[in-house]
Amino acid sequence: MTASDTGPALLEAAGLTKRFGALVANDTVSLAIRAGEAHALLGENGAGKSTLVKMLCGLIQPDSGELRYRGEPVVFSDPATSRARGIGVVFQHFALFDALTVVENVALGLPKPEPLGVLAKRIEACVGRYGLSVEPWRRVGELSVGERQRVEIVRCLLGDPQVLILDEPTSVLTPDESEGLFRTVDLLTAEGRAVLFISHKLDEVRRLCQRATVLRGGRFIAEVDPRRETSASLARLMVGADVPRTAPLVAHELGEPRLLVKALTVAGDGSRGSALHDIDLEIRAGEILGIAGVAGNGQTTLFDALSGERTSDPESIVIDKVAAGGLGPTERRALKAGFVPEERLGHAAAPDMRLSDNVLLTTHGDGGIVKGGVIRRAALQARFAEIVKRFDVRFGGRDPKARRLSGGNLQKFVIGREVLREPVLLVVDQPTWGVDAAAATFIRTTLRQKAAEGCAVLVISQDLDELLEFADRIAVMSEGRLTAPVPVAETSREAIGLAMGGAAQESVHQGEGAHAVQA
Amino acid sequence: MRFKLERRETVSGLGLVAAPVIAVLATLLIGTAMFLVLGLDPLAAFRIYFIDPLTDPYTLQELVVKACPLLLIGLGLVFCYRANRWNIGAEGQYVAGAVLGSIVAIATNGGEGGWWILPAMLAMGAIGGALWGLVPAFLRVRFGASEILTSLMLVYVAQLGLDYLVRGPWRDPAGFNFPKSVSFDPAATVPLLMEDGRMHAGILIAIVVVIVAAFVLGRTLVGFSIELGGSAPRAAAFAGFDERRVTYGVFAVSGALAGLAGIIEVAGPIGNLQPSISPGYGFTAIIAAVLGRLNPFGVVLSSLVLALTYIGGEAAQISLKMPFDVTRVFQGTMLIAILAADVLVRYRVRRVEAPARDAAKVTAHA
Repeated sequence: MTASDTGPALLEAAGLTKRFGALVANDTVSLAIRAGEAHALLGENGAGKSTLVKMLCGLIQPDSGELRYRGEPVVFSDPATSRARGIGVVFQHFALFDALTVVENVALGLPKPEPLGVLAKRIEACVGRYGLSVEPWRRVGELSVGERQRVEIVRCLLGDPQVLILDEPTSVLTPDESEGLFRTVDLLTAEGRAVLFISHKLDEVRRLCQRATVLRGGRFIAEVDPRRETSASLARLMVGADVPRTAPLVAHELGEPRLLVKALTVAGDGSRGSALHDIDLEIRAGEILGIAGVAGNGQTTLFDALSGERTSDPESIVIDKVAAGGLGPTERRALKAGFVPEERLGHAAAPDMRLSDNVLLTTHGDGGIVKGGVIRRAALQARFAEIVKRFDVRFGGRDPKARRLSGGNLQKFVIGREVLREPVLLVVDQPTWGVDAAAATFIRTTLRQKAAEGCAVLVISQDLDELLEFADRIAVMSEGRLTAPVPVAETSREAIGLAMGGAAQESVHQGEGAHAVQA
Repeated sequence: MRFKLERRETVSGLGLVAAPVIAVLATLLIGTAMFLVLGLDPLAAFRIYFIDPLTDPYTLQELVVKACPLLLIGLGLVFCYRANRWNIGAEGQYVAGAVLGSIVAIATNGGEGGWWILPAMLAMGAIGGALWGLVPAFLRVRFGASEILTSLMLVYVAQLGLDYLVRGPWRDPAGFNFPKSVSFDPAATVPLLMEDGRMHAGILIAIVVVIVAAFVLGRTLVGFSIELGGSAPRAAAFAGFDERRVTYGVFAVSGALAGLAGIIEVAGPIGNLQPSISPGYGFTAIIAAVLGRLNPFGVVLSSLVLALTYIGGEAAQISLKMPFDVTRVFQGTMLIAILAADVLVRYRVRRVEAPARDAAKVTAHA
């Protein structure tokens, strides 16, 4: 703690310890959040951040140690108790009902019932005040991840929290939207509230936060002023060693086109994903093509159309010279294509099935693991062990349910599952969403390496910095249309930012209905 | 003060095994209370219900005879329930199988006989059940209709259809106007396994089905796709498994096994077609599937337990003059107990300090 501290902290954790069986998730961890500050919580996957946050909001109870609110010891026996004390949390995984509207979802979380019309007005007031764009009467099922997150934030703010905990909030926002969120945070802290900001983007932490607590391996490492640190020094505290950077671009020849998309048009399905209009793109062996864009502009539909979960005109998608638009996921995988969806739990992996069984999801058609319709357990276990070993997937127990893994480790598993299939085309949606710095670097390096080996890689990401760091060319998706890809070296953040907002539409798709479409 | 359910972070393996046992014990406790209310000595009643049937060789055979249809139907339901498809209409599929299978028996009645008659009946029975099961599957896939409702409603259609047949076109001309078909020829009858008793070859079929079901569900890609579709539908679509095919598949298997159970019962212990060919096997098998943890070997055990309640119920009817409905109450109590035990294994009950609407008054205590 620094010498300038006066008075008790707003919310303080003193020597919290939490064990799960043999694993000590938090070992005498301390954290002090003061009124009016933005406080960062930094740490790698498995450092104990989630456990600490869960104790702060009453989801789990510490084995020992104490929580203090304004200096007075408190016990948060459940989330309602902590909420009543003014602690609000926006988790990385949202708890929203797809079939209900935004205002209905918010109403469900309220302590006492309120007419929806009145509530919608309150939501609009809150949205306006904090610069979050949310339409109260839209169905949540139609919203993108970014929009859903804003709903969660608004829901939290309506409860008038004194401490707002944001778990990886900026990972799904455009630079502009992140700026908007920072303004919101500034406003909240100016009102004397505290914000606990969990993020892996060290630049953001250095800009936004006045204080940062670093955890590593379940232990408290340091409390620092991030404004006086560099990203490298913060990363060193988190990892305990220097963080490797993504392997630099290696010059290599581009080969055959592995993926050709011609005039791909897909109708929006109403519940999730916008429509796609006249998408054209080509990716050659050895190349990484990045698709930037704000969440909810058709990326999910594009992924589903590429993976075969939605079919289209056979000629509109050509994988390795085979017309694949009409093929299902298994047939496309047989063409040596690999797919990694955005949602890890429930889409890329079955949450309640064992991790080893989750290997089968994408490998059952490859031969070797399934023979004559019979699962060969030994081969499956061998592949599972190889993924875990080569991709450094960490978890408790021998073969836990997918739900038990942290986001970063599950993502490494999902990426590893595809990479070991030796694909010639890899389509990855949001490869590093909610993943810590070290794991993100590892994943980008892996994709880079696959490209160098001759794989064509398509990366859909809302993290522009990520795409600028490791893609060869970038295209921007906006309202279901895609701009022509440009080499990274020939573009700028500003140009891409403009295209994200739809400004480039006119030049790319002149005339007919450039603004027509929104699912 | 209120209570609420909270998902447990970890579900104990021991709890999952213990839950059915505890549920059976809870059922016995509630049963005790019921007997006391009826003015009976609970110990004597339990002896007649659960102990006596196990001490007599004849009733032990009867236990297997009653468990056979429960086991066959229950195994089929395991396929459906694992895929998160709620087939409640196995009773109707059972009747449909019995009717279609009986066509062969009635058409060849009084004829030369032949080895092929019984296999043809069994095949027709399975087909009849499968077709009846595919109707709710089709309605769900095509129109999104709830299979729970449609499969249940089709039970009554099947039962009334059977009623019509045995009172009308299929009535035995020499049957003194009783609503029953002709008695099946020996060639159209499932052979007995023992000279003394009613245990028949149907149980051998059921045992083979147990092994095949365990293999398919546990070791094959088909079993995996069923499990995955039930557990995470979107992940199943991503994996390339067609949800519609799984729906048709599990209803066809489930219907076929129920139909098989129906024709075996008619061609075995009953020996002809009559208006009532099941004491609710198709519904009791739902309990068997759930009590057996949707595991084929578990269903073997649960079928035997539920068969015991049937036999004990018959004995209690005779010696205690208890209505047969008591058996149904027992079975229902058991289903509720097992469902409750399951919930308690997966969730814990937490006392909420105050109603949520008074959240402002909630005080955090030290």
